[in-house]
Amino acid sequence: MRWTRLPLLLFIACAALVARAQALGYEDARHLLNRTGFGATDAEVRDFAALTREEAVDRLLGGARRESVTPPPLFVDEPIVPYRRIREMPAEERMAFRRTLVQQGLQLRAWWIGEMLATPSPLTERMTLFWHSHFATSQRKVRFSQLMYRQNALLRRESLGNFATLLHAMAKDPAMLVWLDNARSRREAPNENFAREVMELFTLGEGHYGERDVKEAARAFTGWSLRPASASFVYRPMWHDGGEKTVLGATGALDGDEVLDLLLARPETAQHLARKLWLEFVSPTPDEVEVARWARTFRAARYEIKPLMREILLSPAFWARENRGALVKSPVDVVVGTLHTFSIHPADLRPAAVTSALLGQNLFAPPNVKGWPGGDAWIDSATLLGRRQFAERVFRGSQESMTKDAPRTAQEGDMAAAKPGAGPRAMLGRGLGSYAFNGTSWQGPLAAPGRLDALVLPIAPATPPRAEGIERLERLVADPAYQLR
Amino acid sequence: MSADRRAFLRFASLAPLAAAWPALARAALDAQAGPLLVLVELKGGNDGLNTVIPYADARYAELRPRLAIPRDQVVQLTERTGLHPSLAALKQTWDAKELAIVQGVGYPQPNLSHFRSIEIWDTASKSDEYLDSGWVARAFARSPRPATLAADAVVIGNAGMGPLAGRGVRALSLATPEQFLRNARLARDEGEATRNAALAHILKVEHDIVSSARRIVPSRAFTQAFPTGPFGASVNTAAQLAANPSGVAVVHVSLGSFDTHANQLAQHAALLRQLGEGLAALRGALREIGRWDSTVIATYSEFGRRPRENLSGGTDHGTASPHFVLGGAVHGGLYGAAPALDALDGNGNLPFAVDFRAYYAAFLRHCWGIAPRAVFGGDFESLLLFEKSV
Repeated sequence: MRWTRLPLLLFIACAALVARAQALGYEDARHLLNRTGFGATDAEVRDFAALTREEAVDRLLGGARRESVTPPPLFVDEPIVPYRRIREMPAEERMAFRRTLVQQGLQLRAWWIGEMLATPSPLTERMTLFWHSHFATSQRKVRFSQLMYRQNALLRRESLGNFATLLHAMAKDPAMLVWLDNARSRREAPNENFAREVMELFTLGEGHYGERDVKEAARAFTGWSLRPASASFVYRPMWHDGGEKTVLGATGALDGDEVLDLLLARPETAQHLARKLWLEFVSPTPDEVEVARWARTFRAARYEIKPLMREILLSPAFWARENRGALVKSPVDVVVGTLHTFSIHPADLRPAAVTSALLGQNLFAPPNVKGWPGGDAWIDSATLLGRRQFAERVFRGSQESMTKDAPRTAQEGDMAAAKPGAGPRAMLGRGLGSYAFNGTSWQGPLAAPGRLDALVLPIAPATPPRAEGIERLERLVADPAYQLR
Repeated sequence: MSADRRAFLRFASLAPLAAAWPALARAALDAQAGPLLVLVELKGGNDGLNTVIPYADARYAELRPRLAIPRDQVVQLTERTGLHPSLAALKQTWDAKELAIVQGVGYPQPNLSHFRSIEIWDTASKSDEYLDSGWVARAFARSPRPATLAADAVVIGNAGMGPLAGRGVRALSLATPEQFLRNARLARDEGEATRNAALAHILKVEHDIVSSARRIVPSRAFTQAFPTGPFGASVNTAAQLAANPSGVAVVHVSLGSFDTHANQLAQHAALLRQLGEGLAALRGALREIGRWDSTVIATYSEFGRRPRENLSGGTDHGTASPHFVLGGAVHGGLYGAAPALDALDGNGNLPFAVDFRAYYAAFLRHCWGIAPRAVFGGDFESLLLFEKSV
């Protein structure tokens, strides 16, 4: 290193230290809360503004939860109907049964959105959603809300816990066993679906394993199945291939847990996850050097998630000016963030769940095992106009725009087909009425244009509004920058 | 005033004149609007065997004691092959040699899950490959459509972006031109250049909406009547877009659900009637505006259904199935191979005769002269479905 650069480096180091020791201030507090949760109220932002970065991050991580605060719908404890039994149902009974499944699925989605709004730890829910998209399992194949709920509870329990624990539990999770067909995998005909995805998507990432590894690993997972009546995990020794296998260079009579441990032992796994977390929390363009550093932290912490998150949330990249507003809000960010930031408390959250689905994020039904692609893919002409209509509806209380002209998606088709006359469009018509913003009771900084901008948008508006109060707010939520976080 | 707007007004001022000479109007519309591909998605997996029926094959009736369409009801096209009676409206197109029926379209290692298989069809991936973008979007990203089009692609009604998902394609989702124009007021084209890539993307989408809104024109009246019901409304909108003087390269419509696991006969007949009458009406409307020769209509579906009927009077998920291609430039007739009912696989499903990417390749080449290899990452010899070039 040339000595002439020393003063500059010293200056940067000092500046970083000063930033760490200083109180966050309004903008930085807003940034932290919006990146780690879903929106933030003015009061929450002011509360965090007095903390230093470390204090704020430690408070978020210290408040992490392992269970939801809201009680789940009662049906989650009801027994499921064995899959074989569904196929044998007479047509009419099966239709009625399908309708029940759709209604329960909608209740479950509304429950999770309610939890996102009610929880004292939004970071827990953001991480739960992150893992949901990582271990993307869809109700469209699993069908039973009970199983989706059980998986959701598992994701929440380890959302900021331990990834190794989560991976092992997820491999035996009933919804996952149905979703990737492992429940039916027997030694005579091993199903490769789970073995492939666990390497490609859940741990190593593409290009770090071969076809032979997939085939051999699939043999190791044979016999991990489900009891038909309770849909709980069961190991069936008769189905298991106990022979010798070679996975990633290791040979032995490997079982499923041993294969998962082999995957966890590889540095690519931590690298893959650290990279995904950059995309979730920092920007669309990972700095590979920094990602590698995070990956080392993750491995050194034996896949404990909190130390990794602490590193991420205290990294210069997380706070860098150029990364503010660099991420596109997901539909859940838009819907839950809007309700939370503007203190809107609807009686029924099913329309919120349907709106999120119409905008492209149907909770419990990611498009495929890769999860939601996210980023720019959230925004096309229909979803952008849909987001605007949602905001317009909330802020102008307009009664019909959302129902008549909402964008249509494939998911909606499924829902609508299941119960004619009770489709999501009708639901929106009835439900979104109570989603109106109330400017007179809102505790936000309507009278302070600078703070209002800072609360609502992560960066300066594309079109700075020449208006104040409610009218300014309406312009801000219609600004392209409102779609960013 | 923008150049687009000027061009539009210039065209609009010619319109009354052109109307006096229909041939002139047609030539102007075709030259400016360019070729149009209308993709028709049969959602849920259409039962190909009861759509294009091998009525002379004894195994057909054996496999389907309850569901086989009686021979005397089949709309016979050849000595071995005929259409479901609900598709009678397509007979005229067949007789005009403007209907190609491609039998046995599928792919190796078929996946029987709805959403995985439609994803394979939408992205034109291999069975075990996950691609992020739709096949049309990939084609247009490599070979961009003229910026003067009203939109590269429009999805009508109840569907995701499917084959049109991805960068590089200016795609709209709308129900009717009027609805789109009403909503487009929520978009503003005002952003400045930015280094924030996410913001730049949003501004681009917004710009696309606004620029399309300038070129999407309100609905016109057709002499041709459209069937009632949602599919009739969809093909009406498709015809409106075909009539747009600025042009649209791809229109996507869908019909369903064809997922007929139980009590199939009546449901399937009703769906096929909507399909046949809808496509026949679209043909009539396109002929009326001189757009028939430059349009290709093609069906697709995630899979066909199992040849052997199940115990609920329905059929389960299958594999290969026949598809329809219609248009003034289509060389009508049978393509591919009749269903090999004597060569079913371990699941009792049909082998495929034509890879779906070879099916798509025909449209890429014919409509836009795009080489399929760049889009599909492999060589799929395109079917020779067309006699004239658009």
